[in-house]
Amino acid sequence: MAELTYRDAVTRGIAQEMARDPDVVFFGEDVAKAGGVFKTTVGLLEQFGPLRVRDPPISELAIMGAAMGAAMTGLKPIAEIMFSDFFAVCFDYIANEFGKSRYMSNGQLKCPLVVRTGNGAGSRFGAQHSQSVENWCMMIPGLKVVAPSTPRDVIGLLAAAVRDPDPVIFFEHKSLYATKGEVPDGEIVDQLGTAKIVRPGRDATILALAFMVPRALEAAEKLKAEHGLDCEVIDVRSLVPLDTQTILGSLARTHRLFTVEENPRLCGWGAEIVSIAADEAFYDLDGPPVRITTPHLPLPATDILEDMVLPTADRIVDRVRRSLSA
Amino acid sequence: MARKPAHAPGETAGQPGLNDDIGEKMRLTMYRMQVEIRQSEQRAYDLFLQNLVKGTSHLSLGQEAVATGFAAAMKPGDLSFCTYRGHAHTLARGVPIERVLGELMQRDNGLMRGKGGSMHLTSVEHGVMGSYAIVGAHLPIACGAAWRAQYKGDKDVSVCFFGDGTTNIGAFHEALNFAAVWKLPVIFVCENNLYMEYTPIGEVTSVEHPAADRAASYGLERIVLDGQDADTIYRAARAAYDKARAGGGPSLIECMTYRYSGHSRADPAKYRPDGELDAWKKRDPIKIYRDRLIQFGIAENVIAGIETDVNRRVDEATEKCKAAPPPSLDLLTSDVYADGGWAWRN
Repeated sequence: MAELTYRDAVTRGIAQEMARDPDVVFFGEDVAKAGGVFKTTVGLLEQFGPLRVRDPPISELAIMGAAMGAAMTGLKPIAEIMFSDFFAVCFDYIANEFGKSRYMSNGQLKCPLVVRTGNGAGSRFGAQHSQSVENWCMMIPGLKVVAPSTPRDVIGLLAAAVRDPDPVIFFEHKSLYATKGEVPDGEIVDQLGTAKIVRPGRDATILALAFMVPRALEAAEKLKAEHGLDCEVIDVRSLVPLDTQTILGSLARTHRLFTVEENPRLCGWGAEIVSIAADEAFYDLDGPPVRITTPHLPLPATDILEDMVLPTADRIVDRVRRSLSA
Repeated sequence: MARKPAHAPGETAGQPGLNDDIGEKMRLTMYRMQVEIRQSEQRAYDLFLQNLVKGTSHLSLGQEAVATGFAAAMKPGDLSFCTYRGHAHTLARGVPIERVLGELMQRDNGLMRGKGGSMHLTSVEHGVMGSYAIVGAHLPIACGAAWRAQYKGDKDVSVCFFGDGTTNIGAFHEALNFAAVWKLPVIFVCENNLYMEYTPIGEVTSVEHPAADRAASYGLERIVLDGQDADTIYRAARAAYDKARAGGGPSLIECMTYRYSGHSRADPAKYRPDGELDAWKKRDPIKIYRDRLIQFGIAENVIAGIETDVNRRVDEATEKCKAAPPPSLDLLTSDVYADGGWAWRN
């Protein structure tokens, strides 16, 4: 067991899979010689050599397409798109190609690739380098979508993603790179499609993803200490496949549902889960489900404004407390 | 069969041995292939008029020589990446006519049992790694397949076909640069049929030859071919494949050709100037090649035998397709994910 940063966990996760399987290759802008703009890939070039760790040009279409072509024909590529906002310039592959080739070809084509990307706000980068776009990917049939919140989950879910036979979009959160967590020694392999109850509780279920998980946990501690409310916090981890059973199972015990989402409000991932809860667990609910989200706004750069739009622990506390006491 | 020492039309005189490098067997194969594409595409059009071809279709009537020359020069294991105008390239890799027409008719005997349709013909067992309906998308994909060959030391080449319109989309330029910098074994084939869809390519492009005149930007040779002569295509293809297999990197090849029909089935192609179609039909690739066979001393009855045989096979395929059932309904939710199903939740 060692303490590792989320950033170093990315490196270790990629290295674990590259050491295991020579068909795993890794490429992305500035990932090889420079070690990544977020320093998530330092040392991989030296460890695995220039044939397996490569710097492409700033050509997101070429990166995504090349990853697909390599995956179709026998490699297991990990591609990095530096900021998830840049998905918009190569969205054809996400929306039209990765997840549809198997279906359209009646099962002839495969697409076992992983796209890693830096997602989310908190770095004061403004509206084009700060977005949480996991919901963009969640809505597309054929993809799998993962967003870890801890160093251990980074390694385990990345391994699961690389070993998965389907295309997986892997959202790393930029504001989590410097955070630390305990990581066991040796190989770590997790399972896609599994949510994790990170804090058990009786009074409400709070769902969170990535950077919102530590905020939800902080809020749950405050709710307990200051208001005597015992909230269960679930790290959703995987939007597709979605671990509905864990979520609805929690709801059956707590009878209240809150989502904490960094993506903007309209069509955020929590909307789908609330819809599922309304369909399938309506009579378990003792009150209306509540979505705590970033408002439907472009993200501002300046710290005082960016801090206002992201859900904070205090906002979660306030919203949960008011809801439960209503 | 006696051979006449003649130079065929379109060929450069005075280059010794030029006419003997292809050989009778390959020439007969290429003639058969062009006739098969012509007759299958014509049949697809007829079936459309009978309302038996569903959805859209994009025919390669008039462009048969390009598909034939490039496919004929391939080795087993080489990979084709096609556009929505992909029937010809699919047939040229040896995919049975019935499987192609069946897919156009969206029957259970289709290549993808009707799940893909005309624009997405795919036959991995024949090296047809998909037909892509988003303009430009498959150029980077072909780069990735070529990267795999380079990384694993495989000797196959990836051949990516696209139209002139593709040269003005970003993915074209990203793929060309990427392939050139990484020295990938990929061949980019631009079929310049003069129209991006309805608009003449010259009206929307800054250079005369939309692909070839950009080759220098990527450190590549400028290559413009007569796309109506399968021999010319075949020779250029072989040279490009050899270069790619030897580690010499990508090639960009522009083939001048013409589509006899509109962009898609909805397009009567009224935007074309009077006489243009007739002028191109005088350089019909099948007519050129038929004359070539005769010049090389191949008997008329042998040539006619090929035509009759292809016609019979197209008829047989058509009848099989008409008799084929629609696909079973369980296909709806199959093969979304690798487990064969579509479950996105537990």
